[in-house]
Amino acid sequence: MALYSEKVMEHFLHPKNVGIIEDADAVGEVGNARCGDIMKMYLKIENDIIEDVKFETFGCASAIASSSMATELIKGKPVSEAMGLTNKAVAEALDGLPDYKMHCSVLAEQAIKAAIEDYEKKEKGEQS
Amino acid sequence: MYIYADNAATTKMSPAAIQAMVECLEKTYENPSSFYMSAQRAKERLEQARGEIAALIGAEAREIIFTSGGSEADNQAILSAAAIGEKKGKKHIISSAFEHHAVLHTLNKLKKSGFEITLLPVHESGIVDVKELEAALREDTCLVTIMSVNNEIGTIQPIAQIGEVCRKHGVLFHTDAVQAVGHMPIDVKAQKIDMLSASAHKFHGAKGVGFLYARKGIALTNLIEGGAQERGKRAGTENLAGVVSMSIALRESVQSMEQTRQKLLPVRDYLIAGLSEIPHSALNGDQKERMYNNINFSFEGIEGESMLILLDQKGICASSGSACTSGALDPSHVLLAIGRVHDVAHGSLRLSIGEDIDYRQADYIIASVKEVVAHLRGFSPVWRDLQTGKRSYIL
Repeated sequence: MALYSEKVMEHFLHPKNVGIIEDADAVGEVGNARCGDIMKMYLKIENDIIEDVKFETFGCASAIASSSMATELIKGKPVSEAMGLTNKAVAEALDGLPDYKMHCSVLAEQAIKAAIEDYEKKEKGEQS
Repeated sequence: MYIYADNAATTKMSPAAIQAMVECLEKTYENPSSFYMSAQRAKERLEQARGEIAALIGAEAREIIFTSGGSEADNQAILSAAAIGEKKGKKHIISSAFEHHAVLHTLNKLKKSGFEITLLPVHESGIVDVKELEAALREDTCLVTIMSVNNEIGTIQPIAQIGEVCRKHGVLFHTDAVQAVGHMPIDVKAQKIDMLSASAHKFHGAKGVGFLYARKGIALTNLIEGGAQERGKRAGTENLAGVVSMSIALRESVQSMEQTRQKLLPVRDYLIAGLSEIPHSALNGDQKERMYNNINFSFEGIEGESMLILLDQKGICASSGSACTSGALDPSHVLLAIGRVHDVAHGSLRLSIGEDIDYRQADYIIASVKEVVAHLRGFSPVWRDLQTGKRSYIL
């Protein structure tokens, strides 16, 4: 049996939403190079809807695939719904990850949450 | 295209070794410990192989103990030396920071039972300094265990000089020669090696078989108790077919050693030169004192596992010191030992080329690695930070 599911390989070899958004409304970055994983998410948000999302990832195949899948899962969704994205949902959408790679899906969840928190902080800043 | 460039992990079996193995399985299946004539033939075949192997490393037949491989030989050598030392109240062992885990984990076990372990630094070159080793020797040192060739970065250790120093001070010297046997000349007497571990599958023999050379007079401690095989030092019915494959493969490897070296050395250097063109990359370990088949690079801004999978897609079999390939949290202890920080140790690639490689394949490897590194850097936030000056380059 292969290490990764076909879905993981598909998202690793042909990742969706790769890159950056120059005028992003929010950016979230988690992980560190020491541990071998960094994910950075860029969001474009209009009327509380995630209009666009891009990612950059330094990490293994499952980290790249998890980032790609997570962006697909939140694209076009309301911010509140994206905030509820769980690592389990990311892993399930990838048809599973090996046990010792589950932290990659956790990082994807955290990266999105970090970006949304950045957005909410900026929103609050503008209101006050 | 299929290029097997992971010969430090294992090698393709030699056709002659396979043939000898099959012949042995078919025709010499009797238990060498039995009494009838046909079993005696099995015993003779076993002893013939022992004699051949011993001669190829300058040892005597009775100094060779067959094992299940390099790890078992390492364990037995170290635990035996520790037992000898303990009887004399000597409980200090010297090794290096980048030994194979078969050595390091055994040393850790001894540490828990009261042994003191000194792990020598291996410096950026990946080579143990003999003067530092001599300075680390103490009255209570019972063993020095230093590998002949590092398995990840291929650096060659000054084994004969270490042997000389150890003999002078009356300390046992063991070397894990798993990456060296069959690939470089070994003469245990001339190099003053007391114990040596080897594994057949690293030189085109079968997997699951290896040997421990222990100079006569060294009392070995059993890891496996039971029958009287291997002079009572390693119980269990002998893996005769495996042992036969090992002797054939070793003879072939030793005979073609110089030819292989002359063929692979320029290809290795060609690959090193080609991969050095990748910006912010570095060869890990000394280039000169290095096994002729080993290339190990770190590329800044990317992670090794994703690189390996992309290379695999292109038909290139390689390995990496990245934590992700092993499921560990830390990257390779070897790369950390030569001073590579975590960030760049994760982005490492080991190619260990084999005899069938040609320049066309080397060109393909260089082009593929360049493409894969550029692709992964293309969406690496670390690489972006390096390029925009938010992070400083290490390599």
